Amino acid sequence: MSKEGDKRREGGSMVLKMLTGSQAVAWAARLARVDYVPAYPITPQTEIIEILSDWIRKGEMDARFVQMESEHSLLTAAGTAAATGARVFTATSSQGLLYGFEMLYCIAGWRAPLVLVNVARALAAPITLEPDHNDVLAARDSGFLQFHAENAQEALDFVLLAYRVAEDHRVLLPAIVNIDGFHLSFTRERVELPEQSAVDEFLPEYVPVHPIKASEPVAKGIPVLIPPLYSFFKYQMHMASRNALGVFREAARAFERMFSRAYGPVEEYMLDDADTVIVMSNSFASIGKQAVKALRDEGNKVGLLKIRLFRPFPTDEIVRALRGKRCVVVIDQNISVGRGGIICPEVAEALYHLEDRPKVILPVIAGLGGKAISLEEFRHSVRVAERLASLRAGPDRPLLLFREDEEMLVESLLKTASGG
Amino acid sequence: MSITKYRTLKDVPREEFLAPGTSLCAGCGALLVMRLFHKALGGDVVWVNAAGCITLMATFPYTPLKSSWFYTAMASAPAGAQGIRDALDILIRKGKLDPSENLKVAVVTGDGAASDIGLQSTSGAIHRGLDFFYLCVDNEAYGNTGFQASSLSPMGSETATTKPTHLFPAGNPLPKKDLFEIWRSHRPPYVATISPSHAVDLLRKVEKALTLKGPRLFLALCPCPTGWGIEPSESVKLARLAVETGIWPLKEAIYGEVSHTHVPSKRKPVEEYLKAQRRFAHLFRPVKNEEVIAEIQKQVDDYWSKVER
Repeated sequence: MSKEGDKRREGGSMVLKMLTGSQAVAWAARLARVDYVPAYPITPQTEIIEILSDWIRKGEMDARFVQMESEHSLLTAAGTAAATGARVFTATSSQGLLYGFEMLYCIAGWRAPLVLVNVARALAAPITLEPDHNDVLAARDSGFLQFHAENAQEALDFVLLAYRVAEDHRVLLPAIVNIDGFHLSFTRERVELPEQSAVDEFLPEYVPVHPIKASEPVAKGIPVLIPPLYSFFKYQMHMASRNALGVFREAARAFERMFSRAYGPVEEYMLDDADTVIVMSNSFASIGKQAVKALRDEGNKVGLLKIRLFRPFPTDEIVRALRGKRCVVVIDQNISVGRGGIICPEVAEALYHLEDRPKVILPVIAGLGGKAISLEEFRHSVRVAERLASLRAGPDRPLLLFREDEEMLVESLLKTASGG
Repeated sequence: MSITKYRTLKDVPREEFLAPGTSLCAGCGALLVMRLFHKALGGDVVWVNAAGCITLMATFPYTPLKSSWFYTAMASAPAGAQGIRDALDILIRKGKLDPSENLKVAVVTGDGAASDIGLQSTSGAIHRGLDFFYLCVDNEAYGNTGFQASSLSPMGSETATTKPTHLFPAGNPLPKKDLFEIWRSHRPPYVATISPSHAVDLLRKVEKALTLKGPRLFLALCPCPTGWGIEPSESVKLARLAVETGIWPLKEAIYGEVSHTHVPSKRKPVEEYLKAQRRFAHLFRPVKNEEVIAEIQKQVDDYWSKVER
């Protein structure tokens, strides 16, 4: 915390609270003065919509809450409302995100800048409630901006930043803020809750482009039957998303001036003298940081790079952080079955053309369905990468982390399942 | 309603909201219904559309409408209407939008979107009492994709997925879903069937619906020259035959209370309606399928025996 931040605290311009990740994003929606919250319940997103529904029903928040009949409908209503000119907030998770998946592409194509919180939860089948990132990363190519939060403070701040970036007329794309189910959504942490007046200053009213109103009839979402038109509009979206990188940096500077918290598209943790860098995102990055400290105590020069902004992809920041390093270990908390992790190839591509690219980029799959990542597993991954580097060899497959004790547990459960 | 602006065809409003020159087929019953419906509805409308023939009415960079248009997705036009209605309401209430900018929200979809993939979102919107119009232009199949069967395709009809064969001589073996009754079971303020052949009846129904608030739902039988196998010039004639044979009852339900707005004094045999269309040709050639024709007639007679009782 900077001195300026301390002063602000003395001046009472914000409040410290113990909040869960869910409460933090609900507060963000309230502070953003959203107009409209269409919702549909799914574990582990429910706390968010219950809180917002309560506030709106008690008149503490001036917005309309409507419970829809599915995520497909909720995303449709959210998108058309944003296109009509309302500031829209909603939240879903996992199967719900996929049930409404078609509409993600539509909302992005309508250039409707709403904010959707995804409470990450691994995808069925087998069905589970614990998190990984196959749900949010399925939306990777939709046109939604993606902010991935590590803790409750980031969750709150990213919702505010997401509105500011998404609604900027150089961008006009919707945004997903990802928070991990349970590990972040239901964990209570200390959060600095900004003052309403400061948020109002940071986030002025949404000024829609071509809203739906009587005086200016519009035709939205209509077919383009000529292929160059389709390409044109998709390129427009791509360029708008690339614009979002600069707009995010601007917004983050304004945010830091106002709230004394600095956010880059990536976070560099103990990178300066690091030989090996672990790349992670979301709440498990906290575990990664602890592992980095422990491994440093053991004499390893290890650091961690956390990706906060996943779309648009912050290539420049990733290059700056990883060029010249000996090894990179990308921990993907997702699996593209038959390929490996989703994030690793994106990191590798960003580094490929550099003269001083890392000797080894090791793809690691971990934390699927909320499986813990132990210090041993971090240590093992780092050692594998370093051994490959000393052998001047590359990995021939992703490292699928699974511990011996987990294997024994699974074996005993398989035995039970087969009646043995 | 005792007072109406619409007594004869001469009372059809002159003002057009739908310009000619769309890419829809010549003789499209749905286009005629849209045109009449819009005249009665007046201006300041935003149409919310689901995938279907009507989607091709506006293709970039053209729209034939003086009003606004929003194509959403096949399953969720009523949810799209919910978002627009809610946004307009809250923006006006918060003073962010002038009340003069308010719009009527009207969904228009085909029968496939209405009765199959979009039934869930329609049920949700009606249940929530959404203040909107829903116009289903029912040509009794997925017309835009080449006339495959929908759950509103009538029993005995040929579609691209219910071709008559020696194994399935009747064509479509399934009955037409009763969408009017499905809608009515939600007890919305207004549900009506309409036909492009009965313009005055159509206009009066929209006129009546305009005095009500909440979900107001219209099911229009829309002859489809390409799918039904009729000449474009015969659309209105076929729509009229559907009413005169009793196949398409003209009725309305206000808060669930049904009344028929036109009871044919002497119903023509259904055969007259069936014979005029290529989609029923297999019921007549090479041999007449008396059984299926009699079953269709019986269903119509049974329906009206309950009405006339």
